Amino acid sequence: MTLKRAFWAVGLIGLVPLAIGLYLRITTGHELANYGSIVPWGLWVAQYIYFIGLSAGSFLLSSLVYVFGVKRFEPIGRLAVFTAIVSLLLALFTIWMDIGHLERFWHVFVYPNVTSPMAWMIWLYTTYFVVLLAEFWLLMRRDLVVAKSLPGWRGLAARIAALRARGDSDASLAADMRKVKVLATVGVPLAILFHGGVGALFGVLAARPYWHSGLFPIIFLVSALASGGALLTVASAVFQEGWRAHREMIIDLGKIVLGLLLLDALFQFSEILVGLYGSEPGYVASLQLALAGPYWYVFWIGQVAIGLILPILILATRLGRDPRLVTVACSAVVVGFIGVRLNIVIPGMSVEEIAGLSGAVDDPRYRTDYFPSAFEWLITFGIGGLGLIMFGLGEVFLPLSRHLPARQKPT
Amino acid sequence: MDLIQLSSRRDFLKHAAVGAVAASVVAHEAVDAATAPERKHHWGMVIDTQRCVGCEACVIACKLENKTPPGVFYTVVTREPLPGGGNDRPVFMTKPCFHCEEPPCVPVCPVNATYKRPSDGIVVVDYDRCIGCRYCIAACPYGARSFDFGDDYELLPEARDTVSPEYKQYRVRTPEGSPVGNVRKCTFCLHLQDEQGEYDREAGRWPACAKTCPGHAIHFGDLDDPESDVSRLLRERNAVRLKEELGTKPSVYYLL
Repeated sequence: MTLKRAFWAVGLIGLVPLAIGLYLRITTGHELANYGSIVPWGLWVAQYIYFIGLSAGSFLLSSLVYVFGVKRFEPIGRLAVFTAIVSLLLALFTIWMDIGHLERFWHVFVYPNVTSPMAWMIWLYTTYFVVLLAEFWLLMRRDLVVAKSLPGWRGLAARIAALRARGDSDASLAADMRKVKVLATVGVPLAILFHGGVGALFGVLAARPYWHSGLFPIIFLVSALASGGALLTVASAVFQEGWRAHREMIIDLGKIVLGLLLLDALFQFSEILVGLYGSEPGYVASLQLALAGPYWYVFWIGQVAIGLILPILILATRLGRDPRLVTVACSAVVVGFIGVRLNIVIPGMSVEEIAGLSGAVDDPRYRTDYFPSAFEWLITFGIGGLGLIMFGLGEVFLPLSRHLPARQKPT
Repeated sequence: MDLIQLSSRRDFLKHAAVGAVAASVVAHEAVDAATAPERKHHWGMVIDTQRCVGCEACVIACKLENKTPPGVFYTVVTREPLPGGGNDRPVFMTKPCFHCEEPPCVPVCPVNATYKRPSDGIVVVDYDRCIGCRYCIAACPYGARSFDFGDDYELLPEARDTVSPEYKQYRVRTPEGSPVGNVRKCTFCLHLQDEQGEYDREAGRWPACAKTCPGHAIHFGDLDDPESDVSRLLRERNAVRLKEELGTKPSVYYLL
């Protein structure tokens, strides 16, 4: 109970920086941001790929239930799809803040460039979003119909959200689930493509040796699965009935996260080893920044200690049989992957493309060092708070972990 | 319905779909080829590092010509000390946009806002279409692009009333309107071209940096014209282009 209260409190407090940040974003544009023309992408882009990875990851895990029929994970199926929707909304909101002209977001739909990985990504996640919403509505449909009869605002909300759906029989539920299977099956390649596309967006740039690797889209997918799985585990431990009701499942999820985490570590290791050994100057300079630069702790403490070693120590040992500790381990993964995302975006750009470029002019926008400004942090924390509130609303309104009984007597 | 019929219909649909895609691609390219204006020029620069004294007059001239705000530079001068030479005779290098023949910034733009002009190869930005995602900045291997953050020079009282002649659009600078929030870059001062797309050196309609350079280090002209200054210099001297290995084919050469 207290945990949930803290959840709400942090979320509501988060709305304050969001309001201030939004006001500043609208009135001053990007003037207060610390990124520049050498490091053109900063905290918000890292946050965007973080959230979008969480979305793709938790959606792909929901396919265990809805495509591959793994009954054991049934109770978190809807929670996984809900998590995917919330993370995607947060990701899109973040990247919307980041573009130079907020009012021109629709340009990406009417003037698309077929050769741009960013355009591919946008079409794919738009389609993915539609599939997600349709799938989630179908998953909730029967319960919404049932909830129509509830008194007061809950019933009203259900009547609105149910659209014109009727039929609360078990047969209609089975029919819904057949449609869900189709949508979920379509969603899997979409999620793989769009998140691989986010990785490709970075990977295709030959100008940035640190990103220019065929492994990049694949690493994005694996780290999406690991971080999304971890978030899902934390959510199912906190949400509604919580960890007491899902002991076995949380322990099983912990094992999945462990496997994905180790696979991700293997890929990262390979990438770093090959990069360092090849000693291409641009690549090595970026790696040195990540590993031994002024923000070395993001890698060694954030990524390695919190995001990798701590969770492995719990999940790979006997400690991994306690669902509470599994939740702790997965929370550590969720936090640690913030470091992963920061270390993808920023060191790749904090290196001069032409020697002497940043020293050529004395201008704060022409520097290779970057640390987010207070304004950027405001938006970042605000969007985090918004996420907690969206989860909180889901907790209150949506019966995510079980279906409501078909006939419910009005109380 | 028997199996053969079914499979042949499926095959037919498949072939029809493949055919339709292929036809639309071919048609698209044909339309492009038919409607694209003919390539008239290939504007480029040849920069003589032996003549550059690092005075940065080109940087100032560019700022004055294009009225660029703080943080936006269409050219900068880098200073690279020679090994063991300390401050003695460093290599100076003025670095405008290279207007590559294969510009990596162009294909990545999600909204086709930046493109290479078919008529003369100048890489431009459509300020009204650009959403400001800065993907092109990330894609440019030469650091030739800047984002306009909306900063203004505080000591210039008329900063808010600045009019830039860029693209012959004469935009009045306002805190929220384009090009604030857009990516900006060197245009080879294309606003100085006449209606036919020609520059005129005698009349002063010539890229500001090349016009100003006191050491005559910046040579500008048509690389397709064998009689131009730039073509002659490329024949007579040893020229290099930066990061050839990326296949970008820059239109700006350096004489060593």
